[in-house]
Amino acid sequence: MSAAKGYFGKPMKRVEDPRLIKGIATYVDDITLPGMLHAAVLRSPYAHARINNIKADAAKASPGVVGVFTGADVNDKCGLVPCASPMPDSKIPKHTVLASDRVYFVGHPVAVVVAVDRYAARDALDFVEVDYDPLPVVSDPEKALEKDSPLTHPEFRTNVAFTWSVANGGLDAAFKRAHRVIKQRMIHQRLTPMAIEPRGCVASWHAGEGTLTLYTSTQIPHLVRTLLPGMISVPENRIRIVAPEVGGAFGSKLNLYAEEALCSHLAQRLGAPVKWIESRRENAAATIHGRDQIGEYEVAVKKDGTLLAIKSKTLADIGAYCQLNTPAIPTLTGLMLTGCYKCKAMRMDVVGVYTHKMATDAYRGAGRPEATYVIERLMDIIADELKLDPVKVRLKNFPKPTEFPFDTLTGLTYDSGNYQGALKKAQQISNWNKLTKQRDAARKSGKLFGIGLSTYVEICALGPSKMMSAGGWEWGCVRIEMSGKVTVITGATPHGQGQETSFAQIAADKLGVPIEDIVVMRGDTAVAHYGRDTYGSRATVIGGAAILMCIDKIIAKARKLAAHLLDTKEKSVEFRDGKFSAKGKPKKALTWKQLAPEAYVAKNIPQNWEPGLEASSFFEPPNCTYPFGTHIVAVEVDRDTGEVKIVKYVTVDDCGHQVNPLLVEGQLQGGIAHSIGQALFERTVYDENGQLLTGEFMDYAMPRAKDIPEYLMDSTVTPSPSNPMGIKGVGEAGTIGATPAIANAVMDALSPLGIRHLDLPLTPEKIWRAIAPVKVK
Amino acid sequence: MIPAAFDYLRPATLDEAIALLELHGADAKVLAGGHSLVPVMKLRLAQPKTVIDISSVADLSYVREQGDKIAIGAMTTHYDIEASPLLRDTCPLLTELAPQIGDAQVRNRGTIGGSLVHADPAADWPAAILALDADLEIAGSNGRRAVKATEFFVGMMETVVQSSEILCEIRVPTTARSVAYVKFAQRASGFAIAGVAVVVDGANKTVSVGVTGVAARPYRALAVESVLRGKVLNRDAIDQAAGIAAEGVEPLDDIHASAAFRAHLVQVNTRRALEVAVSRG
Amino acid sequence: MKTVVNIRVNGVEQKHEVEPRTLLVHFLRDCCRLTGTHVGCETSICGACTVLFEGKAVKSCTLLAVQADGSEVTTIEGLAGDGRLHPVQEGFWERHGLQCGYCTPGMIMMAVQLLERNPKPTREEISHAIEGNLCRCTGYSHIIDAIEYAARKIAEVKK
Ligand SMILES: Cc1cc2nc3c(=O)[nH]c(=O)nc-3n(C[C@H](O)[C@H](O)[C@H](O)COP(=O)(O)OP(=O)(O)OC[C@H]3O[C@@H](n4cnc5c(N)ncnc54)[C@H](O)[C@@H]3O)c2cc1C
Ligand code: FES
Ligand code: FES
Repeated sequence: MSAAKGYFGKPMKRVEDPRLIKGIATYVDDITLPGMLHAAVLRSPYAHARINNIKADAAKASPGVVGVFTGADVNDKCGLVPCASPMPDSKIPKHTVLASDRVYFVGHPVAVVVAVDRYAARDALDFVEVDYDPLPVVSDPEKALEKDSPLTHPEFRTNVAFTWSVANGGLDAAFKRAHRVIKQRMIHQRLTPMAIEPRGCVASWHAGEGTLTLYTSTQIPHLVRTLLPGMISVPENRIRIVAPEVGGAFGSKLNLYAEEALCSHLAQRLGAPVKWIESRRENAAATIHGRDQIGEYEVAVKKDGTLLAIKSKTLADIGAYCQLNTPAIPTLTGLMLTGCYKCKAMRMDVVGVYTHKMATDAYRGAGRPEATYVIERLMDIIADELKLDPVKVRLKNFPKPTEFPFDTLTGLTYDSGNYQGALKKAQQISNWNKLTKQRDAARKSGKLFGIGLSTYVEICALGPSKMMSAGGWEWGCVRIEMSGKVTVITGATPHGQGQETSFAQIAADKLGVPIEDIVVMRGDTAVAHYGRDTYGSRATVIGGAAILMCIDKIIAKARKLAAHLLDTKEKSVEFRDGKFSAKGKPKKALTWKQLAPEAYVAKNIPQNWEPGLEASSFFEPPNCTYPFGTHIVAVEVDRDTGEVKIVKYVTVDDCGHQVNPLLVEGQLQGGIAHSIGQALFERTVYDENGQLLTGEFMDYAMPRAKDIPEYLMDSTVTPSPSNPMGIKGVGEAGTIGATPAIANAVMDALSPLGIRHLDLPLTPEKIWRAIAPVKVK
Repeated sequence: MIPAAFDYLRPATLDEAIALLELHGADAKVLAGGHSLVPVMKLRLAQPKTVIDISSVADLSYVREQGDKIAIGAMTTHYDIEASPLLRDTCPLLTELAPQIGDAQVRNRGTIGGSLVHADPAADWPAAILALDADLEIAGSNGRRAVKATEFFVGMMETVVQSSEILCEIRVPTTARSVAYVKFAQRASGFAIAGVAVVVDGANKTVSVGVTGVAARPYRALAVESVLRGKVLNRDAIDQAAGIAAEGVEPLDDIHASAAFRAHLVQVNTRRALEVAVSRG
Repeated sequence: MKTVVNIRVNGVEQKHEVEPRTLLVHFLRDCCRLTGTHVGCETSICGACTVLFEGKAVKSCTLLAVQADGSEVTTIEGLAGDGRLHPVQEGFWERHGLQCGYCTPGMIMMAVQLLERNPKPTREEISHAIEGNLCRCTGYSHIIDAIEYAARKIAEVKK
């Protein structure tokens, strides 16, 4: 086979797909180990209650049951669920793996049954008797701050979990100078990630070696390996974490959860592998939620639409305790609050509030969707109040392409950008003038038709280690095997994003080998020794760069070997299209297939040349990347029912160079679907007693195929200077950019009725109530 | 996800099935398509001791002409109704409604009889069954009895079918094309928040309107029907009549739709269904 | 009390002793070790468990194994014949109709039934047909592309 090149940039179909479409891939529930036991978790039906007593005798006697364990049995042997990103003033409750004397959210694990099969384990749950004393509940974050509110954690004497601020510039001066100050309160509703595969794990203890293998549906096997020793006192070098095929995560599996530690502990304790698979109801109640902020926003503007300053007071309802990154999420909102606009001053004060609900944490976009939504809604509200064109207001405030790298007030440096270019292209594709005429005509005929726009920028490829709690680098390893085949190992743990393909593309080009010769391995800490895993749209950018570094090292090393074998000087060895040759003698070239055996047989190698062709690297990014783009959406609102129909959807996204445009498109479409849900119908609902009312797919509405519009998708390419490929992350861009465009379109449709703002989700009932306030009996 | 244990019986005849029901009493449940029963068993909201699968009972799944009516076996699936050429020609309301139930997989298994007996207040069939003024035939140890659709639904998830009885047949009249079913669905589950079925009888200048999803049990919008009796169905008349579609009912109220919104939607959908039906006339 | 259930799965007789409450999906996954059929919920909504039962797409989490006794079931593992992908599988591959792949087997089985009943569906008809299948990754567009691809492919082969 001839050496191929030019994979980078091609819309290639994925190498991971055959096993998935044939149904022969291995997800965690597909793993069966000899002697494996099954765990089922009993959870609190109360949002807040004292546990007086737990009787497990009947459950223990239930057929097939091996053991029943409560907090009293395990909490002293299994440490606290960690939070990796506390704020300086954080009050972090002791979050034990099973409740001790108190439960503080519906779904709080109370006891675990281990039995010979899942049916027996489930049956026994019904026989565990828990004597609860219900305690007062607070599920509304604003009420939680009132003086006489019930407390989520009475020991803190307050529901304030932490505070955090970011500020820069002369705020008062800017507000004084303003022609207009515009205020708006916005609520970012709580959302449930709802990966279609729930969480689950299989823990296996190898008593002889004293080692633990944990198969778990996680985005972060490496971080779990770093953190788990703090819970189960098995040292890091005796722990192997395997993330097999993972059925979706979206941030919800970016955590170390109680059940992972619990199963690890039980496997050790019982001397048998223990499997636990979450049910959907458990997933909705006890896997992290997202968003849930309430903000009061104020902007100072000049009458020509120039943005002077923005300030915000934000309550983040973080639920009952801190998961791994709970406190960090609203800080990302603060850092991105000024969006893609110049601004003279800003301030955001966040108060994290405990309530009797599931913890929030990173859900696709993680803090940035809130920021983009705020600033993009505000742009439209500014335009509306000042009777200006929303496009012009945006253009007025964009930094020029020549102003990049662009320093923001919040201390970030946007790496590269051309916001005008993306906006202009999107307008062209949407046929902007025609579209606005269509709106005018529709309005004349009595229809509610609106056009919405979002020009977003987001922070991703997180990030330089100085901003991360446990390193922001990524690790990779490349090995030219003796056969000349290539093994690429990434620490980035992709799980559906397609890097088995895109990393193979990158490596094949760089090495000059056919892509079929490459295999990309991931997700197993015994194979990928180090890694910081997949979140924050980081894997391709940082993980990809680590692989390039490895290949550079290998080429440098191979060059020495080639010089030796070609009997020439190292300097005069050329490497092109996968072949090493002496300058001017291209015919006598050595391929990897020829070099590799020499490297490993090692009988004819240069002096002091270390055998083998393998290199590993840690890539430390100098900066995050800042993809951007414009989404234009047109909607029609049904006057009678309040239903919203998206009639046009145009996106121009810029994630720098695209390794594989097909995958980029997939990521964007997937991300936009999450936005459609967030904008129009998704919401997690707790009642005032802290009962979860959206605990099943029957009640939590997610987009289906019929909710998806036809897209017109295009891109611009503004390479990032922060990595060798000039690429930017794209996993969350859709979710970050799309929501405000949809919301703005709906609000534009309603604007002739004098409606300025409605909070998400824009459900039919909410819209109906706004447009036709009827006398409710 | 895992039902509580039960005994499973699969009788081959109706008599046998009824005898088993009598024998096991309130602890037994009939299993038809299982698409209401199995989900509630998986959540352990239902824990029958005995499940009596009637899928092997002969002759419960059919669509056939019977005098001037169309007879539908209780075990006929939603899909078989959706795909029935006979119904498309003779009772198009049913073929219009069927594809709006749940999803394709549910329609392949769920049965019209199971849906009616389950009497979920948000189920779709009841709207059509009421609007068509169908007859429902119920078999018990004392033989068979027929009840009118208007007498069939007793309350929330409750019908006149006793625990030892089996619904075996639904008989509907043939109609003209001037029928319509308009549904506002609960987004997550697909069930009806307000489903309105309308049959317009142009010759006799009457309409009948069946409503589901709105109240604890499906109902005939009698006020609408009486206002429109003998009227020319122009826009004004329809508008006016639709405005009283929720009269006298107590709408359900939940996170998916408040009572006020349900009351509003039933008016909108009554109007829309009437307009569509008239346009087809 | 356990009973013997006999189901022809992908053309192979599968005889196992199970409780009457055993769900078909668990029969397939645990007894037959065919783990391509997935479970995503307990309220019969997500469709990850979709298989063909007597040729019809059904949610195998909502059928008892005993209900399927004596019948034919086709799962994702039985779709590719002679090592060749079914056109629907091919479409999903060609058009990037999957990301994490968890919904994919159910989606594919649903699409197979759709194309049997309606060989030339519009995009709208495809959307309607897959209403009982949730995908949280792809945003569906590529899935619809994939099914259109498969429809064309099947038509070509038939020619
Ligand atoms: C995901 C999903 C979505 C759905 N969406 C909708 C929807 O949009 N609209 C809608 O209307 N329905 C919907 N359904 C319900 C579906 O239509 C069911 O099939 C139907 O409600 C019950 O029919 P079945 O044959 O499955 O009955 P089963 O589940 O077998 O039985 C239901 C009840 O009726 C009793 N029963 C059944 N048949 C008889 C009989 N002949 N005589 C006496 N008793 C009997 C049973 O004992 C049981 O109590 C949905 C279901 C699911 C799982
Ligand atoms: S597992 Fe969700 S529908 Fe079957
Ligand atoms: S591909 Fe992940 S749920 Fe569909």
